[in-house]
Amino acid sequence: MTTATTHDEHHDHGPASGLMRWVTTTNHKDIGTLYLWLSFTMLLLGGAMAMVIRAELFQPGLQLVDPQFFNSMTTMHGLIMVFGAIMPAFVGLANWLIPMMIGAPDMALPRMNNWSFWILPFAFTMLASTLFMEGGAPAFGWTFYAPLSTTFAPESTDFFIFAVHLMGISSVMGAINVIATILNMRAPGMSFMKMPLFVWTWLITAYLLIAVMPVLAGAVTMMLTDRHFGTSFFDAAGGGDPVMFQHVFWFFGHPEVYIMILPAFGIISAIIPTFARKQLFGYSSMVYATASIAILSFMVWAHHMFTVGMPVAGELYFMYATVLISIPTGVKIFNWISTMWRGSMTFETPMLFALGFVVMFTIGGFSGLMLGVAPVDTQYHDTYFVVAHFHYVLVTGALYSIIAAYYYWVPKWTGHMYNETLGKIHFWWSTIAVNVLFFPQHFLGLAGMPRRIPDYSVQFSEFNMISSLGGFAFGLAQVFFLYIVIKTIKGGEKATDKVWEGATGLEFEQLPSPAPYHSFNTAPEIK
Amino acid sequence: MILYRLSRRLRTSVVALSSLLLSFSSHAEYTLNMTEGVTPISRDIYGLHMLVMWVCFVIGILVFGVMGYSIIKHRKSKGAVSASFHESTTVEIIWTLVPLAILIGIAVPATATLLDLEDTSKSDVSIQVTGIQWKWRYKYLGEGVEFISSISDNNREAVVNSTPHSVEHYLRDVDQQVVVPIKKKIEFLFTSDDVIHAWWVPELAVKQDTVPGFINTSWAYIDEPGVYRGQCAELCGKDHGFMPIVVNAVTQPEYEKWLVAMKAEQAAVAASSDKEWSMDELMEKGLAVYNSNCAACHQPTGLGLPGVFPALANSPVALGDISGHIDMVMNGKAGTSMSAFKGQLSDADIAAVITYERNSFGNTVGDLVQPSTIKSLR
Repeated sequence: MTTATTHDEHHDHGPASGLMRWVTTTNHKDIGTLYLWLSFTMLLLGGAMAMVIRAELFQPGLQLVDPQFFNSMTTMHGLIMVFGAIMPAFVGLANWLIPMMIGAPDMALPRMNNWSFWILPFAFTMLASTLFMEGGAPAFGWTFYAPLSTTFAPESTDFFIFAVHLMGISSVMGAINVIATILNMRAPGMSFMKMPLFVWTWLITAYLLIAVMPVLAGAVTMMLTDRHFGTSFFDAAGGGDPVMFQHVFWFFGHPEVYIMILPAFGIISAIIPTFARKQLFGYSSMVYATASIAILSFMVWAHHMFTVGMPVAGELYFMYATVLISIPTGVKIFNWISTMWRGSMTFETPMLFALGFVVMFTIGGFSGLMLGVAPVDTQYHDTYFVVAHFHYVLVTGALYSIIAAYYYWVPKWTGHMYNETLGKIHFWWSTIAVNVLFFPQHFLGLAGMPRRIPDYSVQFSEFNMISSLGGFAFGLAQVFFLYIVIKTIKGGEKATDKVWEGATGLEFEQLPSPAPYHSFNTAPEIK
Repeated sequence: MILYRLSRRLRTSVVALSSLLLSFSSHAEYTLNMTEGVTPISRDIYGLHMLVMWVCFVIGILVFGVMGYSIIKHRKSKGAVSASFHESTTVEIIWTLVPLAILIGIAVPATATLLDLEDTSKSDVSIQVTGIQWKWRYKYLGEGVEFISSISDNNREAVVNSTPHSVEHYLRDVDQQVVVPIKKKIEFLFTSDDVIHAWWVPELAVKQDTVPGFINTSWAYIDEPGVYRGQCAELCGKDHGFMPIVVNAVTQPEYEKWLVAMKAEQAAVAASSDKEWSMDELMEKGLAVYNSNCAACHQPTGLGLPGVFPALANSPVALGDISGHIDMVMNGKAGTSMSAFKGQLSDADIAAVITYERNSFGNTVGDLVQPSTIKSLR
């Protein structure tokens, strides 16, 4: 323990007691915890909706739900997982880790931090309340293409629009906070090129958020005025263009994809060197690759729209730009493997999830490359091949990195080691199930099954049944994860300060486990 | 209701599960890969798909191979001691340039195929395809043939009864097929009356969004006669999953014969407008028209879906002045899902369905409207 932290303990005051601790807190660790619990709640809620979807698709024929409700399920599942599960989890990790990683006492704007969290429960309550409204919840897909989401949408759509606005405000405030913290509050000597990659990737992600969340806000505002105030942004009859909606949406939506994966790259870049006991290979090329991906992400949006009827020159440009992204992404994969090469590896649960990430995210990357080839996208577009693709990058990519991060840093948060056997069971159970769930969806898509359908032609029966079985098993595995999380909070083997033999970084080298409520009140020394 | 469904579902699920392995070996209905299709473009696309897939496969084997080797050999439990290297500009440049070269290798044939795909010039036949919630309208430009194609009656029944195995092409059969000639360049012009749909037939490698207010084009040159099935690929509302497409490719003489027959049929339909219809005739036809055009939203019971689609039973429109009812059906209601049916249904269809709606679901207005009245209102 360094002199800095010993000194802190003299003035240290612990958290307030009772419920108001969580309502009024401005402590980055408390707010991080709140974000992570919100994320887990949303994961289970969105997961329950996925179970409804997979149960309906278990066999051909309409069995459980009517088609309108099915469409609400796919819509709400997507929105809740993207905005409720993945994004808040990364913000929660940022809150917990960034101040500790750069040697700052807290986030730069603690009161705004509290506000940006507490907006979210209201936003998601409002979004979920649409399920109980007359006319049902939004049923136009998480991409809410006009005019299905304007002229033809249920009345609850207005609540959806307001909820999206709230999520956007929360994200932008969170992003401002991250940028302000990283730019201003690094300990002396913590130069940019010494920052852990998680900090780097979050800095770049925060800029992406600030750039694109207002675009999303613009899109939903135009929807609102089209619906109620007589404008025709997306209505051809009034001189507008429904396809413009898609351009605006995907100008937000494609960077959004990277918002959900760049922090994951940072996490994996922390975990692999620890368990390979070897420094990360190509640190600076990792930084440059992340920045290149972020910049390219603004220039490829229309690859989601190859069948919408663009001029051929546009299609060619978006195809070339899209496949180029595979180069910096490939660099990252190669760097991780080179880090492992001639290391001295052990395979604790965080490492297992990180390796699972590398393999399965790469599979998602391959299908992404295939989808980027515009003429072939004619056949892939809007099929289960796409569903398989983005679930490989978001579930076995983003979500796996979040789970890996949980196992990696939870000893630092709670002071307890998780149970290694249970962690390994969680990994193998999830990994087998998730592949049974999503791999057959490639076949379904190639064989011609469109996405977002409540019922299908009988030639798709077998793979749908397999996929559903995998889905139920994967869902159950995350309930098991909840058990591990609660068990680890309640107790467990005492964690050492360094936690992992190969761990590096201020949070492991200069703070005790669990990290004190206030850390680095005096800036640490950076060697 | 839900409980009943659940228990029935559980029972059928057990049966289905036990037959899963069996079905894999007995009838190989399932497919693993993309169809090669029946047009030159579809074969080019298939070739590109296989090329990129093999590239990914080879890269995957190399990358995962190196990773797997490292995982097996460089583990602490085997006494591996970690090396200290952590950068190499040379390898960084190599693994940037090699993928770039591979991408260029893919981009060249992809560009050629894309240019070909988008070249709709010099077509022999032009068909306008209009997406409508939840059916398709086909108009053979210059031929005077136009019709609506929706899911077939036996499919509709199988959906309602949840008996997908009772019909031959579940969710892939229509009441009126699109007949096209083989060995001709067929141009498709896509548009929509309401929301965005996507017309997709995998074997023709045609998937194109139908955007209201805009026209998109695509084309197909079919080599082999045959029936090619597809469905809507863009989420378009409640019955998105129930919008099949069936293309019947025939020889040129058969195609011409079909055109003549369609023209005669359409003339007969037009003539039926002038005949005086009885109440029973109108009610009988009205039921059929209602089920295939109205029931998806207003429900077979006429009760609608509260908050989404209004009920017809006891509704002010169905019970009110008949001219208002006719106007609603013919011209639709702006800003809602109620489309203008004058472009979709014949005079007799409209007259019959209005008569049916005013005298069903507990409505007992008792009046009727003749097709000739509808004709005069066009």
